[in-house]
Amino acid sequence: MTTSSTAQDGGVAAPLLAVRDLRVSFRLGKSKPFEAVRGVSFEIAPRSTVALVGESGSGKSVSAMSIVRLLPDNAIVDAASRAEFGGVDLLHAPLDQVRALRGRDISFVFQEPQSSLNPVFTVGDQVAEALRLHTKLTRSRARARAEELFSEVGIPQPRDRMNAYPHELSGGQQQRVMIAAAIACEPRLLIADEPTTALDVTVQRQIIELLRGLQQRYAMSILFISHDLGLVGEFADAVVVMREGQVRERGSTVGIFGAPQDPYTRSLIACRPRLDQRPRRLPTIEDFLAAGGEQTAEPAPRPLRPNHGPQLIEAAGLRKQYRLKTGLLRRRTIEAVRDASFTLERGRTLGVVGESGSGKTTLGLLLMRLVEATAGQVRFDGEDVLRMKREPLMKFRRRVQVIFQNPYASLNPRFTIGQILAEPMRIHAIGADESERNARIAALLDRVGLARASLHKYPHEFSGGQRQRIAIARALSLRPDLLICDESVSALDVSVQANVLNLLLDLQDEFGISYLFISHDLAVVKYMADEILVMNGGDIVERGSAEAIYRDPQHDYTKKLLASIPRGYMPPSHV
Amino acid sequence: MNAIASFAAVPDSESSPGVWQLAWRRLRGDRVAMVALAVVAAYAALVVASLVGLVAADWTREVGVPYANPRFLGPTVDESVKIERPSGPRVDLSAVDPLAPRYAEWDARAAQIQSVSAPHLSTLTFGGDRLGRDVIAKAIKGTQVSILVGVFAALLATAIGTALGAVAGYFGGVAGDLMEWFYNVFTAVPGILLIFAFAAVFGRGTATVVLILALTGWTAVYRLVRAEYLKHRGREYVLAAEAIGASHFSRMFEHILPNVSHVVLVQLSLLVVFFIKAEVILSFLGLGVPIDSVSWGTMLNEAQSELILGKWWQLAAATAFMAVFVTAFSTLTDALRDALDPRLRQG
Repeated sequence: MTTSSTAQDGGVAAPLLAVRDLRVSFRLGKSKPFEAVRGVSFEIAPRSTVALVGESGSGKSVSAMSIVRLLPDNAIVDAASRAEFGGVDLLHAPLDQVRALRGRDISFVFQEPQSSLNPVFTVGDQVAEALRLHTKLTRSRARARAEELFSEVGIPQPRDRMNAYPHELSGGQQQRVMIAAAIACEPRLLIADEPTTALDVTVQRQIIELLRGLQQRYAMSILFISHDLGLVGEFADAVVVMREGQVRERGSTVGIFGAPQDPYTRSLIACRPRLDQRPRRLPTIEDFLAAGGEQTAEPAPRPLRPNHGPQLIEAAGLRKQYRLKTGLLRRRTIEAVRDASFTLERGRTLGVVGESGSGKTTLGLLLMRLVEATAGQVRFDGEDVLRMKREPLMKFRRRVQVIFQNPYASLNPRFTIGQILAEPMRIHAIGADESERNARIAALLDRVGLARASLHKYPHEFSGGQRQRIAIARALSLRPDLLICDESVSALDVSVQANVLNLLLDLQDEFGISYLFISHDLAVVKYMADEILVMNGGDIVERGSAEAIYRDPQHDYTKKLLASIPRGYMPPSHV
Repeated sequence: MNAIASFAAVPDSESSPGVWQLAWRRLRGDRVAMVALAVVAAYAALVVASLVGLVAADWTREVGVPYANPRFLGPTVDESVKIERPSGPRVDLSAVDPLAPRYAEWDARAAQIQSVSAPHLSTLTFGGDRLGRDVIAKAIKGTQVSILVGVFAALLATAIGTALGAVAGYFGGVAGDLMEWFYNVFTAVPGILLIFAFAAVFGRGTATVVLILALTGWTAVYRLVRAEYLKHRGREYVLAAEAIGASHFSRMFEHILPNVSHVVLVQLSLLVVFFIKAEVILSFLGLGVPIDSVSWGTMLNEAQSELILGKWWQLAAATAFMAVFVTAFSTLTDALRDALDPRLRQG
């Protein structure tokens, strides 16, 4: 199995899939069609993995979906575009012919396993169904084969799990079921559209290993779509970097990571925070494009903040239990946070890292009293937060603000930006009158880098990064002492992420705000935080300075978490 | 100061369309909806005109003969009433008639008195009812009563449903449970029975009909609004509002309500149609508006006995007025729902 060699001199063997000059546009109302993909060409050699990489809106998913004719009705594929697969032009062949190929020779794995599985059928039935559609297996033979597939994709106790419904499985196991269904007919090409984006890093690592193993065993090709260059670098043979519907760079993984030619590729590699470096400022795409692709001078490392400032937050034995009804009279208690004790000094950043369900979000909400704690104590500047009455609580609200993960959900869609920014000041009677508040709002917009004309616009007119800036401006309007960032950059593209992180750091320097920075992304937390709490299943399993956690993790879970982070392309000598 | 000046300099044209404006634009693109809107607007104008007395103010006047024919049918030729007048010379009876000397005096007196009542017309534009009242005027007056009852009852029911639903969905817990029990008990009783019960307690009157319909019809609004509030309660924008210190009231009605208002609006318009039909049924059953006023329902009730006599025009007039309005309003509601559907609203 010399998969890598076939891929690297891809011209020798006839490609499995050859996409030539793919152009896709969408009809949107009366306006001119929107061109989503503009002349994309790439090839996939047999038994190789090709990655389509790009940020949101780059056209990577549209390209993949157009190959299998799964585009919505308002899409127009250009007549001159070609996608040759085994002598068939997938883009223009009769739909029946393509349908016969789908699922048998070409199959897919999507991002959200939960919404890809039908919730009312058992997972075993769903995999057997996929088999029976394309092969002549009898019902019992199909079930037997499905069971084999389950054990092959690493589902424990496959016989029992066959009869489970999707909601009884974890996200990782659901994705394994999706993969089992996808490889059921031994396809020649597997299209994986962000298959691990919705999963935790440790699970992501397992899924990637699984895909790699299956590729070897079934001698199939994988078209891997991802926004994560680090992940792609570990896994793909060739990489196609896309931006705004066009291919920016195309080549072998060695070439792309070793000597990237395009400034955009370079900036994508550079603007993601790295575990082993901590520059003062993250490079952004604008820096690279402005400098004409020249790497700007290596930024100076950021000094650690001293930890002898006055304590702002002091939490002791913080605990949150949820009671769930499991029967008529039966109750089950779930401990979301168990005995959390920590401190945060003024002007510093405390990072909280953990996977989904680790209790990190609940911890943030407890501190803000957006959720009432079951037990424990929180002191904010010496005052007992959990027992505050109305008046002191309003004062506390003014000093502690939060920025949520989803910039699409955290802004009221019916308010203009002006209303959103004025409301906190109105509630806390900041500013003497409307005109003074308006002046403050204008200054805030300037500070977070938004045009003043944004004032009369509604949130839906802004991009994700801009909305997150609005959320930051709203939090800043109260001049808080503590800002809780709950996955605040997780939903953003890497380039936007770098911009927002830089903004947060600048604001910290300017106003001396303390941050509680919550994220599942260890690299981002490591970049932002002075001190880190690692959470798992409601417990704080490790606590230490950012550097110490990375260099010398003590707890097994922390070690596992660190090992799971995609490290990007490693030259062979390192492996 | 500089900041203020430059802020004030931001021109108004920079303001961009809100969700309602976008919905209006979508609605305007829908030709059927615009026709329906025009019809509804015409009815609204008619109701206003009738309210201020511009049209149909004298609908109670008996302008025609009973059951006057529509003009296009011509006057009724009633054979049974026709009496043949005797011909030939008059017979002098003055010798035997003791009242004969007074006839001349009575004739003179009668000539002095002038009849003020206009002669009853034998035909009317679209016919008359049992008392000879103009059916068209009656239908216009009926439109006013029916639509106003429908709209006010719908407004009241929506207000009740929204307030209760908001409280139940937002607070949940014990308050939510209590509200749910109340709702369940309320919906468990058959609707028509409930209406009878309320009608028996409150007595007859237009205001009573509004009250009865509102008190029995809020449940659907409650259910949907509660569900929306449950959903929005945990949204991050509401949490963010709590974090900046917004009060419960502000979160419920300033933050969440505008975001669920499309649901409320669609329910409101559905209720208008439903209540207009309900009022017709109530009046038909004799539980509706009082006998001294008229609605589509009372017209249909009267038409029942008229139809046996072959006098179909009152039925036709009431049905046509009602059918056109209800169809137009339903069409408009459907289009409104499409225009406001949050799934179509792209970020």
